[in-house]
Amino acid sequence: MSASSAFSDDKGGSSNVGEPEYGHDPASGGIFSSDYKRHDDLKEMLDSNKDSLKLEAMKRIVAMIARGKNASELFPAVVKNVACKNIEVKKLVYVYLVRYAEEQQDLALLSISTFQRGLKDPNQLIRASALRVLSSIRVTIIVPIMMLAIKEAASDMSPYVRKTAAHAIPKLYSLDPEQKDQLIEVIEKLLADKTTLVAGSVVMAFEEVCPERIDLIHKNYRKLCNLLIDVEEWGQVVIINMLTRYARTQFLNPNINECLLEEGGEKAFYGSDEDDEAKEEENAEVSPMAKRKPYVMDPDHRLLLRNTKPLLQSRNAAVVMAVAQLYFHLAPKAEVGVIAKALVRLMRSHSEVQYVVLQNVATMSIKRRGMFEPYLKSFYIRSTDPTQIKVLKLEVLTNLASETNISTILREFQTYIKSMDKDFVAATIQAIGRCATNIGEVRDTCLNGLVQLLSNRDELVVAESVVVIKKLLQMQPEQHSEIIKHMAKLTDNIQVPMARASILWLIGEYCEHVPKIAPDVLRKMAKTFTNEEDIVKLQIINLAAKLYLTNSKQTKLLTQYVLNLAKYDQNYDIRDRARFIRQLIVPMEKGGALSKYAKKLFLALKPAPVLESPFKDRDHFQLGSLSHLLNAKTGGYQELPDWPDVAPDPSVRNVELEEVFPTSEGRIGLLGDWREVPEWTKCSSRDKRKDKKVEKPFYSDSDGESGPTESADSGSDSASGSESGGSSSSSEEESGSGSESEESEEESDSEEEEQKKKRKKIVQRKMKPPASESAASEESCGEDQKILQKPKEIRSESDEEDESQSESSESESESEPESESEAEVKKKKKVSVPNLPSKQTRKTTVEKKEMSLLDLDDFEPTTSQVTPVNNVLSNSLVTDLEGLSLTDTMMSSATVTTASSLKMYELLHRIKGEGLAVEYCFSRQPFGSDSHMIAVQLHFTNNTTSEVKALRVEEPKLQSGMRMKEFPEIDVLPPSGSVTVVMGIDFSDSTQTANFQLCTHTRKFFVSIQPPVGELMMPVFMTENEFKKEQGKLMGMNELSEKLVLGAMCQNDHTIVQRVTSAANVSRVPCGSDKECRFAGKTMTSGSLVLVTVVTKADEGTVQLTVNCEKMVIGTMLVKDILQALNQ
Amino acid sequence: MIHSLFLINSAADIFLEKHWKSVISRSVCDYFFEAQEKAGDPDNVPPVIRTPHHYLINIYRDKIFFVSVIQTEVPPLFVIEFLHRVAETLQDYFGECSESVIKDNVVIVYELLEEMLDNGFPLATESNILKELIKPPTILRSMVNTITGSSNVGETLPTGQLSTVPWRRAGVKYTNNEAYFDVIEEIDAIIDKSGATVCAEIQGVIDACVKLTGMPDLTLSFMNPRLLDDVSFHPCVRFKRWESERVLSFIPPDGNFRLMSYHVSAQNLVAIPIYVKQNISFFESGSSGRLDITVGPKQTMGKPVEGLVVSIHMPKVVLSVSLTASQGTQKYDAVTKVLVWDIGKLNQQKLPNLKGSLSLQSGAPKPEENPSLNIDLKIQQLAISGVKVSRLDMYGEKYKPFKGVKYITKAGKFQVRT
Repeated sequence: MSASSAFSDDKGGSSNVGEPEYGHDPASGGIFSSDYKRHDDLKEMLDSNKDSLKLEAMKRIVAMIARGKNASELFPAVVKNVACKNIEVKKLVYVYLVRYAEEQQDLALLSISTFQRGLKDPNQLIRASALRVLSSIRVTIIVPIMMLAIKEAASDMSPYVRKTAAHAIPKLYSLDPEQKDQLIEVIEKLLADKTTLVAGSVVMAFEEVCPERIDLIHKNYRKLCNLLIDVEEWGQVVIINMLTRYARTQFLNPNINECLLEEGGEKAFYGSDEDDEAKEEENAEVSPMAKRKPYVMDPDHRLLLRNTKPLLQSRNAAVVMAVAQLYFHLAPKAEVGVIAKALVRLMRSHSEVQYVVLQNVATMSIKRRGMFEPYLKSFYIRSTDPTQIKVLKLEVLTNLASETNISTILREFQTYIKSMDKDFVAATIQAIGRCATNIGEVRDTCLNGLVQLLSNRDELVVAESVVVIKKLLQMQPEQHSEIIKHMAKLTDNIQVPMARASILWLIGEYCEHVPKIAPDVLRKMAKTFTNEEDIVKLQIINLAAKLYLTNSKQTKLLTQYVLNLAKYDQNYDIRDRARFIRQLIVPMEKGGALSKYAKKLFLALKPAPVLESPFKDRDHFQLGSLSHLLNAKTGGYQELPDWPDVAPDPSVRNVELEEVFPTSEGRIGLLGDWREVPEWTKCSSRDKRKDKKVEKPFYSDSDGESGPTESADSGSDSASGSESGGSSSSSEEESGSGSESEESEEESDSEEEEQKKKRKKIVQRKMKPPASESAASEESCGEDQKILQKPKEIRSESDEEDESQSESSESESESEPESESEAEVKKKKKVSVPNLPSKQTRKTTVEKKEMSLLDLDDFEPTTSQVTPVNNVLSNSLVTDLEGLSLTDTMMSSATVTTASSLKMYELLHRIKGEGLAVEYCFSRQPFGSDSHMIAVQLHFTNNTTSEVKALRVEEPKLQSGMRMKEFPEIDVLPPSGSVTVVMGIDFSDSTQTANFQLCTHTRKFFVSIQPPVGELMMPVFMTENEFKKEQGKLMGMNELSEKLVLGAMCQNDHTIVQRVTSAANVSRVPCGSDKECRFAGKTMTSGSLVLVTVVTKADEGTVQLTVNCEKMVIGTMLVKDILQALNQ
Repeated sequence: MIHSLFLINSAADIFLEKHWKSVISRSVCDYFFEAQEKAGDPDNVPPVIRTPHHYLINIYRDKIFFVSVIQTEVPPLFVIEFLHRVAETLQDYFGECSESVIKDNVVIVYELLEEMLDNGFPLATESNILKELIKPPTILRSMVNTITGSSNVGETLPTGQLSTVPWRRAGVKYTNNEAYFDVIEEIDAIIDKSGATVCAEIQGVIDACVKLTGMPDLTLSFMNPRLLDDVSFHPCVRFKRWESERVLSFIPPDGNFRLMSYHVSAQNLVAIPIYVKQNISFFESGSSGRLDITVGPKQTMGKPVEGLVVSIHMPKVVLSVSLTASQGTQKYDAVTKVLVWDIGKLNQQKLPNLKGSLSLQSGAPKPEENPSLNIDLKIQQLAISGVKVSRLDMYGEKYKPFKGVKYITKAGKFQVRT
């Protein structure tokens, strides 16, 4: 009541007659008359014109609600004020409404129109608050109104209103579950929302309304992963928990190989927690189950792990726990370790947090002991810890005990045993027992320690020790008859029933070890039988029976006596037991059929009890959940699904993919996917095939001067049949597919599935030719191809092989005799054909070599063809095309083809590298699923006469913000062989060098890669208008321009285009004027736009170069580079 | 998610209830009272209690139980963390979080709870946003309100929630622009009987009080960031910058907040500032015991140790003590059996000593365990781990702020076993 009196003090000015009475109202609840009166004056105040009176009244009413008093009869008076101008009055009325509307449905309807008006308010915050209150009023009649309001709000332009709509969904659902279907529609819509504000709320709605509709998540999965870090903390928890479940249904178990191995084997493989994938691979190779597919993580799975990891640093314990459980359930074993540190940190938090965290750590530490071992000391117990925390810490310590640390742990336990907290001491004794059973070496030590405790003054301690000793003795009774004797003596003193029962059982069980004492104990017990507790009585009967069977001479009478006593016991269990035993052991005249088995029944060898953690197998509940904590399923708990055996189609998460392709053609869609060129996937493959064919003649037609090769090329394509036209024109890497033939032979029956898997594994691999067609052709030519490629390999080293060669090699693999001759032709003509449109994809190399089934040599011909190509023609062609038509396909091809001229940089000189030469170039390909990574192609050449083994990257020393994805280790590089691999580096939009060591089996070389600024971006396609719009935004200091005079060589815009694109990875923007060339790109990491404009002033012979970029450093450097390129 | 909340004082009186969904009778708290009775000590009340139809998740803070009612699966930490956030918000608003303060400001508390949770799901938990919605009471404001009849509820609805920096309120203005950072480190240690360190670690926090106009973008860098092993941040800190450059870059919330907490890597040896020589013994006969404790400096880095307090939780059988302290005051509470020796500043020349006899309940067996000593201390101007802030830069605003960094080392859970 102090609250109300405080009010009256505060608001002394406005106090009134009713006040004093109210102030003295006893807490137990008011007298009715005074209640009545009080309400009267409240009503009066609410009816007054003064806002201050109304406010005062409302405050008192809310104070009543807060104390749980009934204020429902004021409803009519209050609801009138719903439209009050004063914002605080209004808010308090809302509070009241939400509380009582359910009870007074009819009257509540009076307020609805106010909210409906509010929903149309131009102010987003008023709209939101109207929706919030409207949806909180639990009145069934307004369900349709709510539904309508939610639907409308879900497409509101304000994200805040949309968030409120998401919050309203579960409210409506709980009011009327029949609306589920409609609500799911709204959820689906809101899930597609791209703002962080909405994400958490809508996932929460999803979890409450339709957690089973996992299919709704597919399209939003990647977005959710990417937004996660910016979502507010509560939303993060919900999203992470949901994604854990999602991932369990969609990805393969990253520890699948480990599961198959023996437990013992795992240590060898997982000594350190290094990079997982390498480990996984290694594991797969070493595994006896080598026949199994090596596991490669789905990039989406990796995305989830990567994006949640920073959240371990959240200040919010719930978020940290959510990430920890995600890692525990989803991450490869070697990576789970990162969560330990964060969890240990949480132990510093409030004791409730500690309690929950320890519960989870206890479960985790059973499965993953190594993870917490370094933090052993953090679990040491302080005398000031609450008992429940102590017990949990003890549990963790016990789980962590191993041969190496048991001595420290036992020393700790010794101090605990002396604690004043007896419950805790009892738990410690149990823990010692468990350590003793688990670790054989210390069993005797533990047992001795426990025996010493038998002389403890505290009975509870002794009793607990007896119980534990009993369990330990059962493991090796012969050696410990001394202890049994000692315990027999204890029966005189110990009163705790459980302990007495345990001792009696022990003596009975091992009576042959203590033949003299046992009958004596029975004698004593018989004396006190009537005063014993029930469990002790049962054990006395047991003891008697066992002694009778082994030593009937001495104990016959005693047994009879005990059984007689038991016969008249009050407890029917004991009476039953006595009757049963009498029938069994005492031979009767009728001769019970069972009595001859009595010995077997009683003296059977009993298995020693296994002392195990109560937390064992609790991890079938999702960690961090309430169900896990209680070890029982709670309402609304969603089971954590088991990993699927076969990963479901990952392409469902492709956002760009708008229509499902028929399976045989779907691969083109997949190709489009990994390239992340949305336009490709949009057009159905059939169309594209057509387009491609149209495109071919275009090439040959438009550049007549380059003629022969081009036409020969296209000819070869068409000649080698439509399938090659389709596949090779969509940038097929034939040699790759050739070597894959082994694989496809094996699995040609499950081709489709295989394709899907492969897409996961091969991040940047070439698409396979359509299955049915290629399988046959590959099979037939796979062998020959290898042979064919050998000479070519040499050739590729001797003279720079250019694109035409690879073109030919492609067609060779398709239709071999024909192409061979073609290759000849081309070889002759090669010199005369300097410039060829390079197809970007051809240069892409096989990156994930862990495909392991592939013979390395097979790759070389194609991969070694990565050579600088001059692509004036292609560019000019493209620009021409752009001028002509702007269809989707054209655009995409433009974006692809412009990025083509490659410059080789030296990474390791032949001499410095002791014969190993490494060159690199920026292939301008997307690197896997990681759009921030720049693909760097490394071309290794072994100039020595011996094999170079185990080529790999080690110890990358990266500048801040940079990341690196090493290429898979190259096992062997034969003498004078060469190989090309791709690695990804995220330079974080800077030209800092990426330093790392290149290791062979013998040597280490320090090398570094520094990107030219032009490689830090990727092309963006935009229209002229978009370009101008974006350029408009990047004026002022973001704009840099420079003038230069161009030589006669560079006058035409083809040259300009070519030079600019060679200097920077940008794509040309189509434009009407031929005086201007525009290019657009965006930086890899931050995605800032980079716009380049080159305006030619024919009369002056100068050009004006303008670069617009948010990142001024990049802009400045780019201007410099482009100028240089143009000045060549 | 969270269905209802009950605030219960130590006398088992429900003094506030709030329901976010339909009303749940307060009789549900009977299950809680049952568990409370069983546990005895409030610390031992299980945080999660199962009842036939509901789950009660509770926290105990500032002598108040915050009991929330849950009906379906929810991560328990989610609720616990939220309840603590409620308590912190109340603390922030009213300076303390006690029963009387809550009762005095019941309407504001109710309004706060209303804003913090919508249908059981957290809505606005950032104190900056809440303060925009509902102004905290100040003496001045309540006087003005009384006279003018204006209210505590913000006239404008929160804009912060819509911005990209939801933790900062818009339009902040100060005449004196200041930013203070307190680097507070706590030593958690267990020292065994012989004076050897069983385990010791340093946990630190950086609490900030930032009162800066506009939208300042701050960068705080350390001399030796490598010392920090494990960190957790306020959401305002840009994690990427920390990962790459080991600097704290952030747009701060307005007012007081905890910028980061950290853990100093376990490899570094922890300097233990003091040593304790103790001898506590109980005699087999005569129902008495003896106590002799001396505290001395060990590794204090030349800084004075202040606020030194030794508290001992005596065994039950200790009835009274007769002790003399060479420095400071000592007090024994016969009910809670806690002996507190408040030493104050550690005198290096004449080491403080506490000596005397303990009298035990006659006839009772002597206690087996010697009580452990809990030490509390404070060292000003020292971060014991050696962490040092090297500089603070501000971007985005023109004025020159006043900056200050303070270091304090405290004893955390510092225990000496005897």
